[in-house]
Amino acid sequence: MDSLNFLQQPIVFLVWTSILKTLFVLFGAILPLVSLSVFAERKVSAFIQDRLGPNRVGAPASLLGFKKDPHLWGFGQMVADPIKLLLKENFIPNSVNKFYYYIAPKLTMIPPLLVLAVIPFGSSFLTGPDGKPVQMVIANIDVGVLYVFAVSSLGVYGIVLAGWASNSKYPFLGGIRSSSQMISYELALGLSVVPVFLICGTINLSQIVDWQIKNGWLIFPISVVGGVHFEWWRLALIPLMGISFIIFLVSMFAETNRTPFDLPEAEQELVGGYHTEYSSMGFALFFLGEYAAMIAGSGVIVTLFFGGWSLPWIPDGTSTWLFGLENHVWSWVPGAFWGFVNINVFFAKVCAFIFFFIWVRWTVPRFRYDQLMRLGWIYFFEIALANIFLVAAVLVYLKP
Amino acid sequence: MALVVQRPKLSLAEKLYLPAVLGGLMLTIRHFFKSLGGKTETMQYPEQKWDDKLPEWYRGAPTLVADEWGRERCVSCQLCEFICPPRAITITPEEIPRTDVWAKVEKRPKEFEIDMIRCIYCGLCEEVCPEQAIFLRKDYAITGYSRAEMKHNKAKLYELGGVMPDVINKWNDQK
Ligand code: SF4
Ligand code: SF4
Repeated sequence: MDSLNFLQQPIVFLVWTSILKTLFVLFGAILPLVSLSVFAERKVSAFIQDRLGPNRVGAPASLLGFKKDPHLWGFGQMVADPIKLLLKENFIPNSVNKFYYYIAPKLTMIPPLLVLAVIPFGSSFLTGPDGKPVQMVIANIDVGVLYVFAVSSLGVYGIVLAGWASNSKYPFLGGIRSSSQMISYELALGLSVVPVFLICGTINLSQIVDWQIKNGWLIFPISVVGGVHFEWWRLALIPLMGISFIIFLVSMFAETNRTPFDLPEAEQELVGGYHTEYSSMGFALFFLGEYAAMIAGSGVIVTLFFGGWSLPWIPDGTSTWLFGLENHVWSWVPGAFWGFVNINVFFAKVCAFIFFFIWVRWTVPRFRYDQLMRLGWIYFFEIALANIFLVAAVLVYLKP
Repeated sequence: MALVVQRPKLSLAEKLYLPAVLGGLMLTIRHFFKSLGGKTETMQYPEQKWDDKLPEWYRGAPTLVADEWGRERCVSCQLCEFICPPRAITITPEEIPRTDVWAKVEKRPKEFEIDMIRCIYCGLCEEVCPEQAIFLRKDYAITGYSRAEMKHNKAKLYELGGVMPDVINKWNDQK
């Protein structure tokens, strides 16, 4: 084991744990989650419409000489869909601008992945050489939320470029719509999280989570650390945070181009929107980008309003408290176990939000474009702005 | 005179839009759980078929029928070939040899092909046939991997058509 000692050197330790975390987020969480959410999209939409959805593709056991192919409730579809997309002919129209046509799908896919770098997805697993626990976030940067907004809005470049490079009217209109929509909702999005910063006093996402563990989730401010306690002045914050949350949530729908705000891809008006001219893997990358954006968005919502990876009464990876009490009776449970639980809690919350995204998609009809603009500029912008002052007033006058 | 349609007066709850969205969400989630409990409206298509639910007058694939003695009713008059709007039918007539049991009739089809990619299920062939030999039966699931497979030949047509006993006089009430 001596030969592995170099792994404990601070720099080397930082490097390999970071690589490990990156690989886990990318291949252990996001790609499976994208597949799963595409499958969930089909299945949930089917159930909502009283259908069955994909239920045939299972394991191809008969190829291996078994009698029957187990259908596994259609879970094979998760594998079959990507294979189908990979094997399809990649048809590239002659008149496109090749360079931008090629990079556009990649540009929509990368920003959501970058956003995930700053989202804390768990407490900690290991203890570093300096005795500090390793945070389960790839990059624990202080400008967390600003970075999220800066990077996530880059996704629109891919869409606009795809629309423009396709050299076709409908994709172009889709791209234009997407950019104006993104600008309109970015404002509301930014303003609606300002109350979060006012309350927590930080924009570092990990610290926001820590604050929520100590003081209760922002949307449900009852803390259980060191016994259940609740402060009366925060009662006034509940409706305000509710408004903030709703505006953030709806703007997130608009940012990720999900129904009811999926105007860039309205097939009734725009044939198929910005990805009309794309086939096979190019199209699949747009798809991947949309779902990754949805996952990243859910991650941000969970982190900002729903206490991130924390669940009341469940300790973090350092395992110094349990059931809200500083307690060493439970110290025989290794911290890594709780670290594992925390990661699962985070992804369970994210999955719940993905389900919500899908649920809304199959419920609410698409907005008209002027309605979308009116909602963004006339209602959300003003309400979010007023909300900031209200929260500030509460903090100044009611907070003891 | 122009017709003025009054815009409906909306209450605050309706203007807020959110209550309606919540109502919609409740509705869809109810359907979701109902389906999750196994109550779906779907029919498992290739295993379950429409067959017994088809109306009596359903016009499916055109087929040739034989009578109760196994005689080919078709006499190769080629009227159906002539009337067929998309020209889906191709008939190669043949003389019936004198030694045959049915030698009284002169002709029969040597080959009789209906291209099911072209057929529009109009039923004109059925209407025009003087011998009541061609009928649109109930088969509707006609699929194939190639164009060649979609051409129904004589054997296939008789297989689909089966036997239609008795004299079917299509112009009287019995039809
Ligand atoms: S149903 Fe109409 S289209 Fe089809 S074979 Fe008969 S005449 Fe032709
Ligand atoms: S009209 Fe009837 S008898 Fe004449 S060729 Fe067609 S199927 Fe045969």
